[in-house]
Amino acid sequence: MNALYAFFAVALLMLVAFFGVWGLGWNTLFAVMIPYAALAIFIIGLIYRVVKWARAPVPFHIPTTCGQQKSLPWIKSDRIESPSSTMGVVARMAMEILLFRSLFRNDKVQLEDKKRVTFQGNRVLWLGGLVFHWSLLIILFRHSRLFMQPVPDFMIFVRDIDGILQGLIPAVFITDIAILMALTYLFLRRVVFPQVRYISLPSDYFALFLLLGVVILGVLVKTAWKVDIEGVKVLAMGMFTFNPVVPEGIGPAFYIHIFLASVLLAYFPFSKLMHGPGIFLSPTRNLINNSRAVRHINPWDYPVKVHTYEEWEDEFREAIRGVGLPLEKE
Amino acid sequence: MYDAGKIISGIIIFFILVSFPIWISAASGTIGDVPELNLPADEEQCVEDAEWMRANHMDLLIDWRETVVREGVRVYTASDGKEYNMSLTDTCLDCHSPKAEFCDQCHDYVAAVPNCWSCHVDPGGS
Ligand code: HEC
Ligand code: HEC
Ligand code: HEC
Repeated sequence: MNALYAFFAVALLMLVAFFGVWGLGWNTLFAVMIPYAALAIFIIGLIYRVVKWARAPVPFHIPTTCGQQKSLPWIKSDRIESPSSTMGVVARMAMEILLFRSLFRNDKVQLEDKKRVTFQGNRVLWLGGLVFHWSLLIILFRHSRLFMQPVPDFMIFVRDIDGILQGLIPAVFITDIAILMALTYLFLRRVVFPQVRYISLPSDYFALFLLLGVVILGVLVKTAWKVDIEGVKVLAMGMFTFNPVVPEGIGPAFYIHIFLASVLLAYFPFSKLMHGPGIFLSPTRNLINNSRAVRHINPWDYPVKVHTYEEWEDEFREAIRGVGLPLEKE
Repeated sequence: MYDAGKIISGIIIFFILVSFPIWISAASGTIGDVPELNLPADEEQCVEDAEWMRANHMDLLIDWRETVVREGVRVYTASDGKEYNMSLTDTCLDCHSPKAEFCDQCHDYVAAVPNCWSCHVDPGGS
């Protein structure tokens, strides 16, 4: 049911773009105004969310570690999994961001014969997630040719590597196939496994379908439902110089593609997709594990009015001495 | 805000990184250039409708190639009934020559690098 809501939402968005352009001819709205607005929402929303997080105090020192903490010199410590220096944290974060280190640790727990609990490494989700994110990055990088004039050779080089399976025109890109497979897996995972289905909300499916929609249309505009790519670039470069012109006859598939991408961009700061920036701000990952060496000051601490033993003794010195109890200070 | 220095530099680095195409283009000074197509002066019409050609000419060419090389058929009947010899050099470049002022203009712009010219000759080129 949740998946259906999300599916209809994305289908509706596609229809809106299609009829907006093909029926009503609102090309400028879909090609210029909405993308500009989406970009503005993305930038402002992203900064707003990150600043909001940065204003939240970290009351406790809570790095989660998976290795020996640095202590005595002859005890070997794990400098990355339990980082004792900034460099260690940088290495740890890099592994987390580039290779999804902690997802790699994902385990499947099973009850065997109702007696024995077994744990088994489960790397499928890690693989699906990694393939999806890396493909997306390379695809976005390939898009940069539409925003650059002249196009540098390293972009063409990356494109040629990605299209190394060529032999066909239009070229078949490895990342296009990979991202479609990864997204399909990420979706099926939510439908097939009852536990995952139970916790899947419409917003989980919405992000997936939106991405799938963008990717499928992106493949279509290069293959079966071609658009005038030169016109697209004229439009994109015009938007950068704040002098947008919408060339005639780009083709409706482009407008649906760009509309879904705009929705994704505008939706980003308000959704679970913020896990991207969020990973940088996770105290469990970005803190140095040095709580025994350096005191973590809770920013919430306010000066508490304390009454020390010495003060207490001063107050009751005579009475204590009177009953013959020992005193710290005579 | 805690760690304001790190947060602000993080945000700035992110936006500089993702906007790298703008900086590269702006530095080159060619940011506003668009392809200038030298259209044949004595012809009015392309093989197919020009708007369709802009998006689909590569498919047409591949189709031509396959028809010629695999089936030995060399005559293409366009949708308006006119007949063309299915040839890259003799037909396309007969009207659109030199290719540097037509095909390459677009292709350089969108960074398309068709490998056709390693075998097919460009009659207008030097
Ligand atoms: C009979 C001469 C002729 C032949 C042959 C010809 N073209 Fe054209 N082509 C033209 C003319 C004239 C135009 C401009 C039409 C217009 O603007 O309506 C044009 C336009 C185009 C355009 C669109 C350019 C633009 O931006 O408006 C493309 C792309 C193109 N031709 C590619 C090709 C290819 C590829 C072939 C070979 C399959 C080919 N042409 C064969 C005459 C020809
Ligand atoms: C209006 C601009 C324009 C003109 C003019 C033009 N092309 Fe293209 N051409 C393109 C675009 C855009 C692509 C697709 C680029 C992509 O998908 O990366 C392309 C792709 C191609 C491809 C497929 C290459 C590949 O690797 O995908 C061939 C072949 C081709 N063009 C031949 C020609 C020939 C021959 C001419 C001249 C007669 C010509 N084109 C003129 C814009 C143009
Ligand atoms: C490895 C060399 C080679 C490459 C690369 C090549 N071709 Fe060809 N092509 C040939 C040969 C050989 C023929 C056969 C010529 C004949 O029978 O007249 C041919 C025939 C054709 C024909 C029909 C006949 C003619 O006179 O044009 C077309 C159209 C064609 N090629 C298009 C292309 C396009 C478009 C590309 C680039 C995407 C391309 N070819 C790349 C070698 C090549």
